[in-house]
Amino acid sequence: MNITITVNGEPMVRSVEPRLSLVDFLRAEGLTGTHAGCEHGVCGACTLQLNGQTVRSCLTFAVQCDGQEVTTIEGANFPDLQEAFIENNALQCGFCTPGMLMTANDLLQENSSPTRDEIREAISSNYCRCTGYQSIVDAVEQVAKQRSEVA
Amino acid sequence: MNKRISVLDLPNSYVGKSVPRPNAKRLVQGRGTYVDDIELPRMVHLAFHRSPYAHAKILSVDCDDARAIPGVVGVYTMDDLKDTITPWVGTLDHLKGIKSAEQWPLANGKVFWQGEPIVAIAATSRAIAEDAADQILVDYEELEPVTDMMTALDKDTPVIHPELGDNLCFQRGVDSGDVDAAFENAAVVVEDSFRFNRHTGVTMEPRSIICDYKPADGELTLYMSVQCPHMSKNLFAEHLGLDENKVRVICKDVGGSFGIKIHTYSDEMAAGAIALKLGRPVKFIADRLESFTTDIHARDHRVTARAAFDADGNLLAIDMDDVTGVGPYSVYPRTSGIELNQVINLTGGPYKHRNYRVDGKVVFLNKNVMCQYRGVGHPIAIAVGEHLMELGARKLKLDPVALRLQNFIPQDAYPYTSPAGAIYEMQSHHQCLDKLVEMMDYEGLRSEQKSLREQGIYRGIGFASLIEVTNPGPAFYGVGGAKIASQDGCTLRLDPTGGVTATTGVTEQGQGTETIIAQVVATSLGVPIETVRVVTGDTEAVPYGGGTWASRGAGIGGEAAFQAGKALKENILDLAAIILQAKIEDLDIIGGNVVDADGGNERLSLAELGRIAYFRGDTLPVDAQPELVVTRHYTQRDYPFVFTNAAHACLLDVDIHTGMVKLQKYWVVEDCGRVINPKLVAEQTRGGVVQGIGPALFEECLYTDEGQMINGSMADYLVPMAAEMPDIEVGHVETPTETSELGAKGVGEAGTAGAPAAVMNAINDALSPFDVVLSDMPFTPDKILRGLGKI
Ligand code: FES
Ligand code: FES
Repeated sequence: MNITITVNGEPMVRSVEPRLSLVDFLRAEGLTGTHAGCEHGVCGACTLQLNGQTVRSCLTFAVQCDGQEVTTIEGANFPDLQEAFIENNALQCGFCTPGMLMTANDLLQENSSPTRDEIREAISSNYCRCTGYQSIVDAVEQVAKQRSEVA
Repeated sequence: MNKRISVLDLPNSYVGKSVPRPNAKRLVQGRGTYVDDIELPRMVHLAFHRSPYAHAKILSVDCDDARAIPGVVGVYTMDDLKDTITPWVGTLDHLKGIKSAEQWPLANGKVFWQGEPIVAIAATSRAIAEDAADQILVDYEELEPVTDMMTALDKDTPVIHPELGDNLCFQRGVDSGDVDAAFENAAVVVEDSFRFNRHTGVTMEPRSIICDYKPADGELTLYMSVQCPHMSKNLFAEHLGLDENKVRVICKDVGGSFGIKIHTYSDEMAAGAIALKLGRPVKFIADRLESFTTDIHARDHRVTARAAFDADGNLLAIDMDDVTGVGPYSVYPRTSGIELNQVINLTGGPYKHRNYRVDGKVVFLNKNVMCQYRGVGHPIAIAVGEHLMELGARKLKLDPVALRLQNFIPQDAYPYTSPAGAIYEMQSHHQCLDKLVEMMDYEGLRSEQKSLREQGIYRGIGFASLIEVTNPGPAFYGVGGAKIASQDGCTLRLDPTGGVTATTGVTEQGQGTETIIAQVVATSLGVPIETVRVVTGDTEAVPYGGGTWASRGAGIGGEAAFQAGKALKENILDLAAIILQAKIEDLDIIGGNVVDADGGNERLSLAELGRIAYFRGDTLPVDAQPELVVTRHYTQRDYPFVFTNAAHACLLDVDIHTGMVKLQKYWVVEDCGRVINPKLVAEQTRGGVVQGIGPALFEECLYTDEGQMINGSMADYLVPMAAEMPDIEVGHVETPTETSELGAKGVGEAGTAGAPAAVMNAINDALSPFDVVLSDMPFTPDKILRGLGKI
């Protein structure tokens, strides 16, 4: 099937098999920042933005994205969040990180001053096996504070 | 000459500072390189047809339909690969009596666990390979599976590998002092039986490998997600019949490992053999089901243990029986016997009792293989020992903290030989526990606990004091005949720009290895940390080394880097002295410049020195040959291991109506010797603690009596999520090891080691008003309610 899909602002016309998931499609395009951890919608490693909505790209078929806009970690625009992850060591192996950043970004867009419990709740859709989560909570909390100071 | 103070103690030292990780930047931008991100020309993808049975004879295999699928490049059974690869046996010489059967990469006539690979399919895409795997038809004769470790040695239980005679893999005991007399004379005896659940690593990045064989030059390049590149190089060369010099392992970013990625896996070895057959790159990425049924599992022990105390609360003796059910094979090359060894070496480790007896058995089962996972044996040893201490405190009517303090090995007794024969360098148990109690405001928590109880809230406080094995010497594996290096090396090169390239045999899986190596080199050499580039994970580029496991990265790799820095500094100053016509002892290197040792006046930048050395040798005296590359190695030889210690405390509430456990807070005071990077130590500890909380509360590989794993998906196998985890406060005590100049010990596993014990003790403390004592992990709501007699 032919689809037209805009990825990180770049329109692409591709022929894809109906069973191809969005994560596999993107990875085959060389956009390997989106990771597959479970391929059945549980771990959150494949989280990205589809038309501004946060979705699991392993549960989305490429054909469903015809005419849609996708933003992956490679095209994401939240440098303060990324910086805070580095500063707080909110990643170790980094495999969960792109998905975790997408989820954290989503939270901060909906709730500009989340409590620690709210942050923990929001990122509970994403597995991290390395950090124990606290540093991720610290990073998100820090960004919320920084943004409110600037605002 | 005045003895200069160590560079480690200078104010500009990077050691002891929380330097951020430079390699984190690419990871937050999604620009890491994990194995699955690598595409090679003409690469094929592997999928496996795996056994649905735990124990069966293979009567026939029909691959015709699979072969006919367009895009399938090759279909292989074991018979097709026998000319390319040899089998292996997971035993080590120093584990007396350990036995295992020959293991082949694909089933060789029989299958021994559900998930064992039988047929490998190579195709132009993973999807096609999977389609083909579904078309394989295998005819089986089911055999009775052995799935209960407690009856595995019974006479009427089938023997899994008849050629071994029985299902006993390994047995070890100690009997030290006079245990019977100690129990006869004891004022107080406490006893319990324990069940430690089988669980697994669940690395977010599954096991991944690309085997790229180039027939023209006979070279095999392995892109692997692995902790020990040199070990893999050796094993693939040996079993594929290649010259070791023609095998190269490249390990870029690793998406979590925790001890999962240090073993020999059938499917990965098959990928190597198939690459040789096809002469083109072969990629295998485990999917999540494959991870659950074939990544090594861990723990699975049944323990009964008792402890004897005198009337004053002095611990006199510990006596325990431990049975652990591993898979159908002892895993190659580290074996499935090391965990029992660790349990024996570590139980009751912090305490001064002299009477100690263990009877330990490792038995074969028709379940997935089991081997070393983060913490190896520690969680069992610590949970058993610390539970006995809590029971003792209860019966003696003493505070559990006071009982521990009273029973710790006295501070002036180090170095100390434990009744199990382990030798401890200096430990700091008293200091760690004192600090912990202060950090958590123990007294305040106890009074809060009391008033909460009156409101029907059951809060518990649980402790665990522990020792951890780190910085292993050759006694761990090398003496047993395994080619797993205990030494490690670091090569430093001063580049013409004045920058430094460091290559090291220890590896990075996100702990921050590259960062701490840079900190150590920058400090030891006297250069800005930004000018140090660290390269790891490529056997073609780095010194031969063991990699990162058994908490050895900082302690072993760090010391090699420290010594390399010193050696390069000497060479640089040699040259600088010639260029500047000064005396070596009058010069030093600070901030990337050669300076006057006295006063610190800048004399020559390293960039200028590099320019002269590399491009203007003509300006140097004829006998001056700059040597700006050095390598130093380090082997820890003073002890079999360098033990660290820590104290943990867990605060939680148990809801007696629902059986739910709500973690409130967790504290750790950790002594890992000299702290190179406090933030990274704290983060290793936090991640480790959560990985220990997992199996205490949620994680378990559930098997039916037929040997079927029934929760092999992330939706069914529960791991800790953010909302359930507490904040974890980490404090440090520093007792540098005297085995090295740097003085660093390991820290990677202590969190995982102590958390199950602390959680268990906290739950039992919470339930103490009901006189309920639980020791069957994981502590799920149904077990808690059953303990309370509510269901
Ligand atoms: S890969 Fe999509 S949620 Fe795990
Ligand atoms: S950093 Fe490794 S899984 Fe999150």
